[in-house]
Amino acid sequence: MWGDWHQLWEIMSTPDNVPIVAMLFLVPFYLWYWHRQAVATDGLITQLEADPALAKTHHRKVFPWKQGWDREVHTWPYLMRVEFLAAIIITVILMIWAITLNAPLEEPANPNLTMNPAKAPWYFLGLQEMLVYFDPWIAGVIMPTIIIVGLMVIPYIDENPLGNGYYTYKQRKFAIWTYLIGYVFLWMVMIAIGTIIRGPGWGWFWPTQTWDHNRLVFEVNRDLHTLFGIHNRLIAGIFGGVVVLLYFVVAGYCVHLICTANSFTRKIYKRMSLFQIVTMNLLLVLMISLPVKIALRLLLRIKYVWVTPWFNV
Amino acid sequence: MPEENGGNGGKKTGLLDKIQGDAKALKQVVQDKAKADLQTYKEPEKTQVFRSIFRVSHDDTPRSRALSVLTNVFFHLHPAKVNRDAVRYSFTWGMGGITFYLFIVLTFTGVMLMFYYHPTKVQAYRDILYLHHDVPFGQLLRNMHRWAAHMMIMTVWLHTLRVFLSGSYKKPREFNWCVGVILMVLTLLLSFTGYLLPDDQLGFWAVTVGTNMARATPLLGHEGPGGPQLGMTPFNDVRFALLGGSIVDANALLRAYIWHCIAIPLIASIFMGVHFWRVRKDGGISGPAPVMLESEIKEEKGPRPVIMKPSGIR
Ligand code: HEM
Repeated sequence: MWGDWHQLWEIMSTPDNVPIVAMLFLVPFYLWYWHRQAVATDGLITQLEADPALAKTHHRKVFPWKQGWDREVHTWPYLMRVEFLAAIIITVILMIWAITLNAPLEEPANPNLTMNPAKAPWYFLGLQEMLVYFDPWIAGVIMPTIIIVGLMVIPYIDENPLGNGYYTYKQRKFAIWTYLIGYVFLWMVMIAIGTIIRGPGWGWFWPTQTWDHNRLVFEVNRDLHTLFGIHNRLIAGIFGGVVVLLYFVVAGYCVHLICTANSFTRKIYKRMSLFQIVTMNLLLVLMISLPVKIALRLLLRIKYVWVTPWFNV
Repeated sequence: MPEENGGNGGKKTGLLDKIQGDAKALKQVVQDKAKADLQTYKEPEKTQVFRSIFRVSHDDTPRSRALSVLTNVFFHLHPAKVNRDAVRYSFTWGMGGITFYLFIVLTFTGVMLMFYYHPTKVQAYRDILYLHHDVPFGQLLRNMHRWAAHMMIMTVWLHTLRVFLSGSYKKPREFNWCVGVILMVLTLLLSFTGYLLPDDQLGFWAVTVGTNMARATPLLGHEGPGGPQLGMTPFNDVRFALLGGSIVDANALLRAYIWHCIAIPLIASIFMGVHFWRVRKDGGISGPAPVMLESEIKEEKGPRPVIMKPSGIR
């Protein structure tokens, strides 16, 4: 049934879902807030690049500054009063939240009574959503590991010295696009889907569509090799391996093309060591594998690309 | 009577006079002292007690302002002075500080909850009901703890976003970014281990779903690639180690409790200490920095700059 606003309200107002609903507003807000400052800074950068004489004398910030002003201010009171104020505001928000919404408590734990849908806490729903597209060893173990390692590697592969300590878009387009695609689409949106869209049986229910606990989905998912008429398991295994290898090569090459698309990115590329380049390339290829697998599933109904007796990809 | 006494004259009245005189003098002394004391109470910052606690004169000079920050163990996380534009909300969004504040709130409310909670299958769920219905402000306490935990995850993610967008992970702050990533993972784990503690359906199934993934750990899980070949079974794999059993039960509750209340908070505190210390040692907050132009990029990377110069070393 459509137009079931009650269902939508039920999901959105579930106390444990408040954070992700809030994030749906907070993330766009802070992105706007960043962008506004980045535009201002980029304007200044353009101006200074056009006028080398000005670049020598300008204090190089978008904030007002006059000769004779101190470049630093006392922590007490100028920083600490902001911190105290923030603490008070957060306390008030938390109090209001805690007075208006009660922490949930369901029936006592019962291993014999399965919850449907059984959902992880909201912040892990991105990983749970990934389970639709990858087996648990990838979605639950490999992907989290890659995310953590990948995040930690960022400072060591980003050889672009510009944009250190100020908001800019112009000087770091590639880094910012990469990060935001990961942060917004592969993390926040996946969580939002897991929270708001997924219903019983982890089925896809559009907002305002009633959760149907008896819905059967006749999804005929196939493995890639069957599309090519391969039925021998050994050949299928080899075939899948080759396809995955091919993906790494092709996607890796595409990443390379993007990284060397203009003179600025080529300049940064030149500063990177081979090890840095390979690491970055590999991580980006792994990152793109998620949307690629999603596309394969949604467009071609493919379950596995590579089937072996030990693991499936 | 006064006349009679006065009339008796001589030495007999000497003692009385002396006492009277002394009393008068004492009264004067007490009055003077009291006046003097009252005077000091008008300026408590001049008392010995005050000075023994805050060992800086309380006036409006730059020196005292700096010292009041530097001589206080809680404030000395801060430098005496900061970049004039860094105190604007627009740069840090206050997210790191708010995350830390929420951690403190969580520690406080968490300890209060511990007074009422037993990590056993028999008691845990009832303790939550008890908190809801009988403990004064018990429900409010639990609500605050839960929502502060959610909020901390939100702020830690927004903090990450701002640190990335302001390019603050770049030289020389690479390592602190990594410390931050670990802190984020610890924050998530803290929240996740707490989810099981009410011992209700919600926590039970969330943790079941979560730890079922551990079955599939490559090599170390009994359903993971290479696991069975290495002799992994439901009774000796990594999931068993996490749960203290093959299902989410009493042992899992106890383990979650210990991770949640002792181990992870301790580890996180240590990493936070390192994180804050490194913010200072990496040269304070990264910006808002003067912009750098493309034409100013040096062609050669050159040797990495010395990051820290402890005082006394040249
Ligand atoms: C428990 C979690 C965390 C706490 C309590 C925390 C706290 C803080 C605080 C108070 C600051 C000072 C500036 C500010 O408020 O923005 C800071 C800076 C910083 N944080 Fe965190 N943080 C946490 C997690 C993270 C994470 C997840 C990352 C990155 C992945 C990170 C990376 C950094 C970096 C690189 C700086 C230096 C920024 C600069 O100099 O501009 N931190 N952190």
